[in-house]
Amino acid sequence: MSILLDKSSKVICQGITGSSGSLHTRLCREYGTNVVGGVTPGKGGTDFEGVPIFDTVKEAVDAKGADVSMIFVPASLCGDAILEAMEAGIRLIIAITEGIPVLDMVKVKRKMAAFNAGKSTDERVRLIGPNCPGVITVDACKVGIMPGYIHKKGPVGIVSRSGTLTYEAAFQLSELGIGQSTVVGIGGDPVNGTNFVDVLELFEKDPDTKAVVMLGEIGGRAEEEAAEYFKSHMTKPLFAFIAGQTAPPGKRMGHAGAIVEGGAGKASDKIAALRSHGVVVADSPAAVGITVKQHLFPKK
Amino acid sequence: MKLYEYQAKAVYERFGISRPEGKPITDAKQLSAALKALGKGPWVVKAQIVAGGRGKAGGIRIVKTPAQARAAVKDLFGKNLVTHQTGPKGEIIAALLIEKSLPKIEREMYVAVLLDRKAGAPVIIASKEGGMDIETLAKERPDAIMRFPVDPIDRLPAYRARAIAKALGLKGRSINDGASLLSRLVEAFFGIDADMVEVNPLALTSDGVLMALDGKMSTDDNALFRHPDQAEWKARAPQPSAEKRAAKAGISYIKLDGSVGCLVNGAGLAMATMDIIKLHGGEPANFLDVGGGAKTEQVTEAFKIILSDTNVKGILVNIFGGIMRCDVIAEGVVAAARQVKMKVPLVVRLEGNKSAEGKQILKKSGLKLSAAASLEEAAQLIVAAVKNK
Repeated sequence: MSILLDKSSKVICQGITGSSGSLHTRLCREYGTNVVGGVTPGKGGTDFEGVPIFDTVKEAVDAKGADVSMIFVPASLCGDAILEAMEAGIRLIIAITEGIPVLDMVKVKRKMAAFNAGKSTDERVRLIGPNCPGVITVDACKVGIMPGYIHKKGPVGIVSRSGTLTYEAAFQLSELGIGQSTVVGIGGDPVNGTNFVDVLELFEKDPDTKAVVMLGEIGGRAEEEAAEYFKSHMTKPLFAFIAGQTAPPGKRMGHAGAIVEGGAGKASDKIAALRSHGVVVADSPAAVGITVKQHLFPKK
Repeated sequence: MKLYEYQAKAVYERFGISRPEGKPITDAKQLSAALKALGKGPWVVKAQIVAGGRGKAGGIRIVKTPAQARAAVKDLFGKNLVTHQTGPKGEIIAALLIEKSLPKIEREMYVAVLLDRKAGAPVIIASKEGGMDIETLAKERPDAIMRFPVDPIDRLPAYRARAIAKALGLKGRSINDGASLLSRLVEAFFGIDADMVEVNPLALTSDGVLMALDGKMSTDDNALFRHPDQAEWKARAPQPSAEKRAAKAGISYIKLDGSVGCLVNGAGLAMATMDIIKLHGGEPANFLDVGGGAKTEQVTEAFKIILSDTNVKGILVNIFGGIMRCDVIAEGVVAAARQVKMKVPLVVRLEGNKSAEGKQILKKSGLKLSAAASLEEAAQLIVAAVKNK
């Protein structure tokens, strides 16, 4: 099992001929991902290292039965690329692209909600990202830019708003001998496709995941909502770290979504909410792995 | 990017939203022409800073004669205005807005369009009570604040706009005026790719005219590519020069008040690095995300930017090499440190792909730097090094 991706996932890359698209298609294939095609309008009929290229997502879906798309299309065109994937029948869209205008995402989200209305879970489309490292199901399928070798197969699911901080946490766990089931980067934008609660729900249902690590940051209320969800719906232990305890208000810390606005979105409030609902919060980013170890495997 | 009031008011004009007649000036010499264009006084001289709280801090002056206007202009130009939102250093006044003082105001209201992150859609915030700080109002009397969702496709249909106008307590022909103003405000929100437009106060004058007295807006920097006209705003934005310089190099940098400079790849890890410095008793001097690649040119530029802050007493480099190999990054860090003739203690923590080779390169460089084995150790080393200085 695991969540979102497994060995049977048939993946295409939108923007496969760009520099990031081609590099990461190669790295994903080296990891073992079944990349069945790529899309670059105007280059249909050619191939990238043996992967057939199509002009449209629909053609890739019809010819190859693709069900997952990894998107590297430039920010100004990315909203359009996401909607193309949705209409073509892709069910899991993973948008890596950074810097998409937020109002483009607002429209994408609205159209996705209309598309999903009244559909069963299997027929619905899910977007991960944008501005995210992607998703990896360890030793099965990697769709994104994360380095594969830092992961070790095991029982801990990770969900995160950031990139390299996720690698840091996965690396700490792997070094301590604690493997991961699936690692999901939901992205650092204020409006994104999938939030913490959505992923926690999937991990809760996944028999291969025994515990979850959530890496949050300042801005918004997603961590508070996750805390509430944990208290009312989760049986598996949840561990967290919140980045940005030293971030000043009113300043955007790199990610478009990482900003403390009008006193809301502070790290201290998030940590307090998580702790009051029974989530174990690591104070230090260096202590994520050891915190999980002490709770899950106290005797080791 | 946050807009100045005079820029926001130019947006009102573009979208047909009534505002008091006014002229921005960026030089005291432009005052007499502005007064002439506006006609008879009294006038209001308004300091242009993006932070709020100007009125209480003395940044807004009502003047009755040209002599009073000149005195106010002379007093305000070039001054650092300190308000409860600016921090102790204040914000420099580089422009003033001269407006005609309004006839009697009957009522003041509040309306704003902003992004509701949870809904993933814009929302209109409205209150019958304008003029005061909305955050204070939200805390003291949350019932006085109303919320109306905005559909990203249908935007604000006239019938919904009329309902909001009624909820604001408008009557008679003001209902249609208010509805039209609200629809235009929503159009402006989408038209400039805003994440916030706020009218506080929205005034109803005694002769029944609705007017946006103040204007606060902020726009989405990610959408600059489709607004070439916003480049001028960007150029005038009150951003410290080091931050501007960083942005040009594709580096995300924010100066803070501490003494430990940080150079990190990735925004989340950069924030976490600041946090761990603080946990060990140090104070971060900056947030810096050098980007995914961490190439030599970028690392060099990042070092230069960090060192332009004279408070910096040591630098912590924390790079998690994912796809990038650590040996390549190490060479970059060494070359950059040589180029800037690094004089402060430098702690480098490299992890990830080929980290052992990377650490070797750091050791052999002959540079005075400490290679840390973990994030924890890196924080300890740099905080100790800075304390010993």
